[in-house]
Amino acid sequence: MTAFRAPPKHHEGPVEWVRVHLFDGVFNSILTLAMIALVVWAVPPAAKWLFIDAAWHGAARDACEGVSGACWPYIGARLGQIVYGFYDAGERWRADVVFAFGAIGLAWLVIPRLPRKGWVGGMMLTLYPLVAFVLLSGGWFGLPIVSTERWGGLLLTLVVAAVGIVASLPLGVILALGRRSELPVVRVLCVAFIEVWRGVPMITVLFAASSLLPLFLPDGWEFDKLLRALISIAFFNAAYMAEVVRAGLQALPKGQYEGAAALGLGYWQAMIFIVLPQALRTMLPGIVNNMVSMFKDTSLVTIIGFFDLMGTIQAGATDLEWASPNVAVTGYIFAALIYWAFCFSMSRYSAHLEEQLAEGERR
Amino acid sequence: MAERPRRAVWRDTHWRSIFAQALVLVALAGVAAWLVHNAADALTRRHVASGFGFLEHTAGFSISQTLIDYSEEMSYGRTLWVGLLNTLLVSAVSIVLSTILGFIVGIGRLSSNWLVAKLCTIYIETLRNIPLLLQILFWYFGVLQTLPVPRQSMTLGSWLVLNNRGVYVPEVVFGHGSWIVIATFLFGLAASFGLYRWAQHTQQRTGKRPVVGWAMPLLIIGLPVVATFALGHPFSLSWPELSGFQYQGGLSINPELAGMTTGLSIYTAAYIAEIVRAGLLSVARGQREAAEALGLPRQRVLWLVLIPQAMRVIIPPLASEYLSLTKNSSLAIAIGYPDLVSVFAGTVLNQTGQAIEILSITMAIYLALSLITSGLMNLYSYAHRLEGSA
Repeated sequence: MTAFRAPPKHHEGPVEWVRVHLFDGVFNSILTLAMIALVVWAVPPAAKWLFIDAAWHGAARDACEGVSGACWPYIGARLGQIVYGFYDAGERWRADVVFAFGAIGLAWLVIPRLPRKGWVGGMMLTLYPLVAFVLLSGGWFGLPIVSTERWGGLLLTLVVAAVGIVASLPLGVILALGRRSELPVVRVLCVAFIEVWRGVPMITVLFAASSLLPLFLPDGWEFDKLLRALISIAFFNAAYMAEVVRAGLQALPKGQYEGAAALGLGYWQAMIFIVLPQALRTMLPGIVNNMVSMFKDTSLVTIIGFFDLMGTIQAGATDLEWASPNVAVTGYIFAALIYWAFCFSMSRYSAHLEEQLAEGERR
Repeated sequence: MAERPRRAVWRDTHWRSIFAQALVLVALAGVAAWLVHNAADALTRRHVASGFGFLEHTAGFSISQTLIDYSEEMSYGRTLWVGLLNTLLVSAVSIVLSTILGFIVGIGRLSSNWLVAKLCTIYIETLRNIPLLLQILFWYFGVLQTLPVPRQSMTLGSWLVLNNRGVYVPEVVFGHGSWIVIATFLFGLAASFGLYRWAQHTQQRTGKRPVVGWAMPLLIIGLPVVATFALGHPFSLSWPELSGFQYQGGLSINPELAGMTTGLSIYTAAYIAEIVRAGLLSVARGQREAAEALGLPRQRVLWLVLIPQAMRVIIPPLASEYLSLTKNSSLAIAIGYPDLVSVFAGTVLNQTGQAIEILSITMAIYLALSLITSGLMNLYSYAHRLEGSA
């Protein structure tokens, strides 16, 4: 028989933490040392390039001449273009108003304590796009017209993302309902639609919008280039949204459908009053995750010749006035920061929603 | 059939569903006819040829990277193959690299090592939230294009040469008789696998495992080595060497391919890591605890208990990740890598103007790739379903 042994000592304190979390065994110790080496190898040079060796002041190209780090004056000089594109300088306040209202509305929806979420959400989906459109394109109330060709930078990225997200949601719901419909014709059509859009790369869809759409419409129907891209993006996103919605519909207990039928509700009544309100709540994290991909995918409009955030940065990278490797990389890093800030906050929000849902389930 | 209660036709669900479907079909046919009419009209007005005859015409442009014989005199149909093979090449290489990296990062994120777990989390949260296009442009224009000219290449001996013309590594040259060595290697591999299965089988039947571990390295490495010596070194390495302003010899990877693979692999690895993590977390906690209680060391718990069970959860989303990687390889057009979209839906479309045919072919190819993948996936899920579940 083995002798009794004293219970293991209960260790605490930073030294013990380091032992348990970093140097627990030979393999882990080697791993930790390798990771420290990696950090030491990568982080100080990167920080040096970004801050210490970087040019900070100046307004023209010579500010970055001979500098071996980042070229921040370039960002300063181009900030207007990066945010608004070629939007007329005197009219940029209109974009600012749209940004501000959007930010306030979103904040209202996201902050849990604020009341009347349904009402604000409804406004954001109906009135806000209308006001934004009137403000941005002009032509009414004495606002000078700014053609969509001049829209660009972060403004265009946000417009494309917002239209893609707002339009794809109702389309996605309809497609998902169609996919689960009892009518074979509707079901087959919806499955075909969803699978075709999900099976092809987005860039081919954008090509199709720019070169095929004009062919299939009658002569003389002039379509704005941006509108064509937006339509295709909305359809493309709707197919992906439909799959998120379908997952939400499937997750809903069957009793809900049966209960609605037992109450004598028709198909649309059951869907609108019983099924969708519950299913939408569970699919919200998925929808927000989808929004992150859509936001990143907006950068593809660069390839078909738009100057969105990505396009502006890429144009700057090859611009002769500034062109140098440091300028290009500075631009990429700045754009990456903007994209990252938007996407990361959306994915955090989605994770938060997921936690909330899990909490509700546990109750 | 049971008698249906009599009611007015417009209240009968049966008739209503038939009517609704007929309505949908008629509306769809109407829209389709309208679109076709418009397209036919537009084509005659613009004097654009139609049909697939153009596939036979001479292409007349050169392509920077071709896996099959190609010259400017060849047809547009040939360019389609060249582009498709380039798409498959960049996808296949990126799939392998992103899987390796993704598994490392995904397992690392669950590591008990605090530093490893944190670094893996930072990797995932950074790279997932930056558009792939931006990452590809960064690697190509920000890194690969800014490498020094060939004369001042960055080198790692002769093993790795980096310059703005591409990446160079030594290439294995297969000399006379090398196929015999390869055959012995394959034979060794097959024989060890057979041995392994036999050992497992014997263990399950008798409870005693025959010791066969020593035979496997002999079969897999020993046999080919013996064959190599017997045949007088049929393999040789071709080293990249600077001659004039260019590197010659060795395997050269042009910057476009290198940029695409780097961008695609690093980006997709972040997603694969999340899939791997979710898979590992999906394995019931008792499995790990039981394995640890049996006294298995941590590495073996991971490789023998957790990963095999996690694979059932990992494989389906992994396959769809591979699929989106393949579709994402179409971003090649942004840096001029000659993939299917860039060559066919780009250059050929601009030259011929036959947008309908070209985009249909391109989309059909991607669609076929997705359908094949999801078909294979369904077969896999069916073969690996849990006993007792539907």
